[in-house]
Order: sequence, then C-alpha cells, then structure tokens
Amino acid sequence: MHRRDLLKAAAAFAPMIVAGRAFATPAAGSGRLLLVFLRGAYDAANIVAPVGSDFYHQARPTIGLHAPDPSNPDAALPLDGDWAMHPALRDSLYPLWQKRQIAFVPFAGTDDMSRSHFETQDTIELGQPIAGSRDFRSGFMARLAVALGTDRPMAFSAQVPLCFQGMANQPIPNIALNGNLKPTIDPREAKLIEAMYTTNRLGDAALADAVAEGFATRETVFKSLADEMTQASRGAVTPKGFELSARRIGTLMREQYNLAFVDVGGWDTHVNQGGAQGYLAGRIGELGRGLAGFAQEIGPDAWRDTTVVVVSEFGRTFRENGDKGTDHGHGSVYWVIGGGVRGGRIAGPQVRITAETLNQQRDLPVLTDYRELIGGIVQRQFGLGSNRLATVFPDTRPVALDLV
Amino acid sequence: MISGGTSWAALSPKLARLGLAAIAGALAVPARAAPTSIDVALVDRLTWGIDSESLDKMAAGGSSHFLDDQLRAPPASLPPAAQAQVDAMRITQEPVAQLVVEMDAQNRAASAIPDPGQKKAARDAYNMAMNDLGREAQSRSLLRDLYAPDQLREQMTWFWFNHFNVQANKRDIRAMVSDYEDQAIRPHALGRFRDLLEATLRHPAMLRYLDNDQNAANHINENYAREIMELHTMGVGSGYTQKDVQELARIFTGVGVSLKPDMPKLKPAWQPLYVRAGLFEFNPARHDFGDKQFLGRTIRGSGFDEVEQALDLIAASPATARHVSTEIATYFADDAPPPALVARMAATFQHSHGDIAAVLRTLFRSPEFKASLGKRFKDPIHYAVSAVRLAYDGRTILNTDPLSNWLQRMSEGLFQHETPDGYAMASPAWSGPGQMETRFEIAQSIGGGAAGLFKPRDGAKPEQPAFPQIQNALFYQSLQRQLGPSTVKVLAQASSPQEWNALYLSSPAFMHR
Repeated sequence: MHRRDLLKAAAAFAPMIVAGRAFATPAAGSGRLLLVFLRGAYDAANIVAPVGSDFYHQARPTIGLHAPDPSNPDAALPLDGDWAMHPALRDSLYPLWQKRQIAFVPFAGTDDMSRSHFETQDTIELGQPIAGSRDFRSGFMARLAVALGTDRPMAFSAQVPLCFQGMANQPIPNIALNGNLKPTIDPREAKLIEAMYTTNRLGDAALADAVAEGFATRETVFKSLADEMTQASRGAVTPKGFELSARRIGTLMREQYNLAFVDVGGWDTHVNQGGAQGYLAGRIGELGRGLAGFAQEIGPDAWRDTTVVVVSEFGRTFRENGDKGTDHGHGSVYWVIGGGVRGGRIAGPQVRITAETLNQQRDLPVLTDYRELIGGIVQRQFGLGSNRLATVFPDTRPVALDLV
Repeated sequence: MISGGTSWAALSPKLARLGLAAIAGALAVPARAAPTSIDVALVDRLTWGIDSESLDKMAAGGSSHFLDDQLRAPPASLPPAAQAQVDAMRITQEPVAQLVVEMDAQNRAASAIPDPGQKKAARDAYNMAMNDLGREAQSRSLLRDLYAPDQLREQMTWFWFNHFNVQANKRDIRAMVSDYEDQAIRPHALGRFRDLLEATLRHPAMLRYLDNDQNAANHINENYAREIMELHTMGVGSGYTQKDVQELARIFTGVGVSLKPDMPKLKPAWQPLYVRAGLFEFNPARHDFGDKQFLGRTIRGSGFDEVEQALDLIAASPATARHVSTEIATYFADDAPPPALVARMAATFQHSHGDIAAVLRTLFRSPEFKASLGKRFKDPIHYAVSAVRLAYDGRTILNTDPLSNWLQRMSEGLFQHETPDGYAMASPAWSGPGQMETRFEIAQSIGGGAAGLFKPRDGAKPEQPAFPQIQNALFYQSLQRQLGPSTVKVLAQASSPQEWNALYLSSPAFMHR
C-alpha cells in the first residue's frame, strides 16, 4: 500500500486527526528539515569556542583551543571577536560559515536540570512542557509531521527515535543507512507476510502498518540509492560511518523525504577528550565531513530550502576535569545550517562567560529554550500558523531569531 | 500456582505418564503431554524460547514446580556438545587477570616497535586477539542462552548485564567482558541486589567503562557516581542532588584497576587500607579522606569502608526498590507496568533486603503477569535466540557468529551498547518499520537452513547438514493453536519447507512471547 493511501485509511478511522491536523490545508512554506542529534552531550565549548574569554583559557588549560592565528594550523578558526570554530571543521563547515549558511546559537538547551543524558534526551525529543507528566507516545517531530500534513517523514536510524513516536496508527518509517540496503525478500513473500499482520489476532494495527511500511521503505530507498551502490560495487571509494549515512540522506532528501532525523553518538567525553587534536577532534571532523557531504549530495536547488538543526542534550562542565575531559553540564550550542539560513552569525541572547556567570558555578546557562528555537525555525520554514505550531510545542512561544 | 485450566501437576505422576503415553501412541510422535496454552506461554516467558526440553520440564512438574525450579535451582551445566565449545575457549582456560595483563603486554610491545610496517602487523595481531576474546564472550553467552537448563538465570544475566551495562569496545574491556558477565553478574542474577551492585563496582570492566579508574582526590571524575545513582540504583528524579553525585564521586576516589603484580609503595598509615582483589584495587593514596555529606548523612573519611556505607545507603533506599522493580516488570511484563504491581514488587524488594528471586516470585504470581503472557513483543535477542531454539530444538549449533551478526543488525549486539543506560526494554524501540523488515530477512536466513550456524569456524565440515524442522510435533501440539486465522491461511500457501519456516518465524505469533 502506498504511504499516502495508508494515511488516508488511517485518517478514515481517526476523524479527529483529519479535522484537527493531518489534512488541514498544506503549509504555505515548503522545504526540508533535518534534525541531527548529537547523543552524549557534545562539548560545545570546544567546537564553537568562546576564545575571546580569558576565563575560557584559564578553565581549560590543557584541552582549550588556541585563539585564531593564521600561522598555527591547530588554532581555532575565527567566527567573530568572541567565538571561534574547531580547526577540524576547516575544510568542511568553515566554508559554509564563510558563505553565511551557518548560524550558531550558544546558551541553548532545555530547562531540564537533571544532567542525565537519557532524561534530557527524552525531554528534547518529546518537546513537551517540562512541568506535568510526560507522554512517551508523542514526540515533537511526529507532531510536526501531523501539523504539516506531510507524507514524507523519515528516521534515518535503526530504531524509530522517541521524537518520531506517536503517529497513532501511522508509524514513521525508519532505516539505517550504513550498510547494504538491497531487499532480500521477494514481493510474493512480502505480500504473504503483510497478510499475516493485516488481521493480526494480537490486535496491533501499528505493527501491521510498520510491516507494510518496512517493505515499502526498503524498496524506495534501494531504488533511490541504486546508482550509488552500483558505483560502490565497481570499487569506487565510498565514505564510511556518519559521512556515508549523511551523504545518502542528502540524496534521499533531495528526492523523497522532507522531514528527517539522524543521530550521532560518542560525545560523552569524561576523559582525555583532546583539544585541536585527539578523540573529540576526530568525532567533530567526521561530523563536519558528513554535514558538508549532505549539503553536496542534496544539491544547490534543494539546499536553498533545506534547514539542518544540530542539537545535543546538554553542554558539559565549562572547566576541564582532573582527567582532561569534561563532565555533565547544562547550556549547549545549537547549529542551524542551510542554503537559505541567515547565517554567518552567532545568534540569540548571550552573556559574557566568567566564573560568575556560570550556571551553578559549573556550566553555561540556558538563555534560548530549544522549543522556542526550533518552533521559530519551523514556523518560518513551513509557514505554520500559531495554532498548528501550538500542537507541536504546546505552551511555548517561538523565538524570532530570523534564522530562515 | 500460575497455571490455568487443567495442569499435569494436578494429576498423579502415574496418570500423567499414562496421558503422555496415550498421546504419543495416538500421534506416533515422541512422548510429550500437551501443556495448556498458558503453560506454554509461561515457558516461553521464563526461558529464551520454547523447545522440547523446556516443555517437557513443564509437563513433568507443572507450572508451580517449573517456576520454583527456575527461581531456586543451582546453576546447571550445559549439555556436553555446547560445554565442549565453551571449554575450548581461551576465556575458559585463562583467568581474567592473566588475560588482561598478557593483552596489555602485547599492546605495549606493539607500540614499542619502531618499524612502521612491523608495528602495524603487531597492532593488527593485538586487535585480532582482542576481538577473539570479545567474540568468545558473546559465543559463550549465546550458547548458554540457547542450551542452559537454568534458563531464567540466563535471562536475568542478560537483564542485569544490560542494567549494569558496559560496552566491550572501550579500551581493553574486550578482555574483561566475559569475566564481568560470568563472575560479577551471573552468580548474583537471582541473588541479592546489594551483592550484585558491589560485584559490578569491584569489576575492572565497570571501573574502566565509567572512568572511575581515573577518579582520584583532587582529580574528580563524576561519571560512575552519577550513573550508579541514576541508572543502577535510585533512578533519576528520585531526590538525590548534584551535590550528592559530587560527594559520591569523592567517596569513590581511589577505587580503580591495577595491572601491576605488586602493591604500590604507600606510607605505613595507608598500607592496611589498601585493597586488592585480582585487577580491582582501592588505593588510599588516590582517595579523598575528607568527610562527605551523602544523602543527608555524614560519611566519615575512612577508606574503602566509605564505599560500603554508600552502597548500603543507596541499595536500601526505597527509590532503588521502586526503580529496580519497575525495570524488572518492564522487562518481563509490560512497557508500562501497572503501578500497583510495581508497588508490590518494591515492597518485596524492601522486606526481603533486595532478594531478586523473591521480587521475581511476586511478579510471576501476579494476575498482571498472567494477563501479559503471550503479549510481550520480543526484543531482538529474544527473537533471534528463540528462533534458533525452536528451529533446531536442542541440537547444538556449531557457530554462534551468525546469531551475533543478526543481533548486531537489529541493533542489539551483545556487549555493544555504547551508553550506560543499556538497551531499551519498551517495545516501540524494536517494532518500527526498519526493525520489522530486518527481522523478516533474518527469519528467511534461519528458515532457509543455510545461515551458517552449523559451519564450524575452523572450516571443518559438520557431520551432517542441518535443516530446521519447525513443523514438528512440538509445533503441532503447542504452538499451532496460538496462530491467528490469517497466519494459518498464509502458512498453507508456503511453496517449500524453507518458505514455511521463514513465514512462521515472521508471523505475529512468533514476534510475541
């Protein structure tokens, strides 16, 4: 069954969704949104580093980045007078910054003070007001898909993330892009398997839809990437890891999907995270190559109306710890990247970083709430009215940073 | 007693035997009683999946006896064909301390080689040896899941490993992970939570994984202190503060790992405070001896005894009873376990001082648990292991690598979860479209019989090729009636035994336990 038909079939049994959200007038704006989740609380202060602060250099005697210096290849790259970018991004993202296609929002995050990775990741993915009980069957990306009436959401991960959970009887498709994607089940068997689920005795309609969606997705993705895979089988060098996934996401979002999610792990650096070189530099280099590869694959036309938002659950301690790493902190830096982004700037409210302005003498305060930030972006990007935006991020007011 | 309907336990043993013989005669299949649906479902839940042996045990003793047996039976040995594979492993033949020290020496020797080509060769050899150790750990774990008679203990071993997760790929943990599972987790899997907690704290794998081996006075690393409270015991939001985390980190200073044969040189006052057991070390020279304020108590600076006091406090906290009970109930019964059930389990946890078997008994005897039987969506490891148990019904596979790879493909690889929260237990994590599609591909591999489970790693030819026989007496007596009408209809359209197997392993009934 085609995804669109499935939506209609589901809608037939769910009149509230039809009347309220899913089939409201299509959004005025268009475009694509990719959410990149850096799981593990990346050390924002060493990627978009406040090198203009003396306190930064005192607080990070061994892991801190050097202030920009053209003669030193390990020095950070200048963004503005206060901030600089990790040198591992020199060839990938720095050119996009120079083209004013990246904005950084420091002091961004949540009002969740647990400093728990898992609690705070859930907070962000659910996007619900922090007071009151959580509904784990309702993630903000799923609500956004409903509000947009979009039929092209996709999670580029082996599991459907929490942020995409909760589309009633309409699971968001998911697929991990790091391996061989050739379907191995022939169409006849696929039909037989689907038939076992359509009148499933265990009464699980979501499972039936997931089964149908799973076959359809694998087929679609394989067809879209067939050229790339043919080239790869002829010995062309293909990138690995996140870079491979990100490039494939670019191809697929150019043609197929307009609302997508991907996550990248490995950012929980308690020990020996390194500075200009080292473990974290390796991770950030791979991330940068991935994001630049994504922009390249999606192509100049699609890139113009594509926004990539990079988030992480929280920042880390501003001071390095005894093991040349950092512990769990609070405020982070979020990235907004895209051909139509009004970038080349550090956006949102800021304070001068000193020992006194640290939150609980430990980490950066949060001055821009992630729901207000992402709400403001999707409102502009998709032309969402405030009623529909309120279904995505209830009890919040989008912040107008004019990023898109 | 859990069993509903007629149970063999209600009959005299003699009658039961007569019943078995009558059925065996009528169907001309190996002797087995037909247990009730609910008994089959119970076996499916308490074991890694239905096979003849587990159903025979249920048939022989009834559900109550089966349950007691699983909860209280001493550890049992594997069948000889599986045990022989385990006996041949390096992780069986060498103690963990020796393994880790040898591997460390190999690593250092490789690093010291000046010639780049030789150095690379030596480093590759080191990495291969480490990978072998990690693979042996996976293989032994899977052989036990597949064939151990004490199936509940093996399930709880997986559960607790996941609860006290470590990831094998960090630093030298591949050489430690087998021992962590076998010595820190498994002996306590049905024992006392407090013992389990300390066994994990004293294991080098945990201390490496959460960086406490680096935690020293004036060089505080909070990682382990935070996760032990958030994930292992009390649970996030249960009332402890950032300050408690910092104080616990101070209490844990000096708790670490040593690969050196001798005790470090210490001033005389500290010598009696030094603790060493295998690779575990408490080094007073690295400890912060100041007093600490932890969970509203003052803990006087005294050495490793502070750790014991802190563990006593957090293990006995009502929050821990609740948190751990919720996790167990989620794993065994429901994505969102009923609060009343969790409350009863937590009460058992508290009055039994963390007796895990007692908490499980409260769960297994509850009406909520009974109502959940047959409805729990299998996570990937339950899916894959139960498929192999059913497909080969006691016949020992010769290679666990395909099974390990399937788990990896379904994102639940053994000892591979990167973060300390362990794999998700709620079903939405495993029932998405991409996950389902992958499962069907794996069903096809297993069902087709060419999955490589009987291809020995050393390249030797197996004595006979093995084809899975799922359409057998076991299926007809116990599993067929679980099928919905659409599944029955689809199975009738299978064009070959291979396809029949693949379809059955893809059916909704087989996705649940």
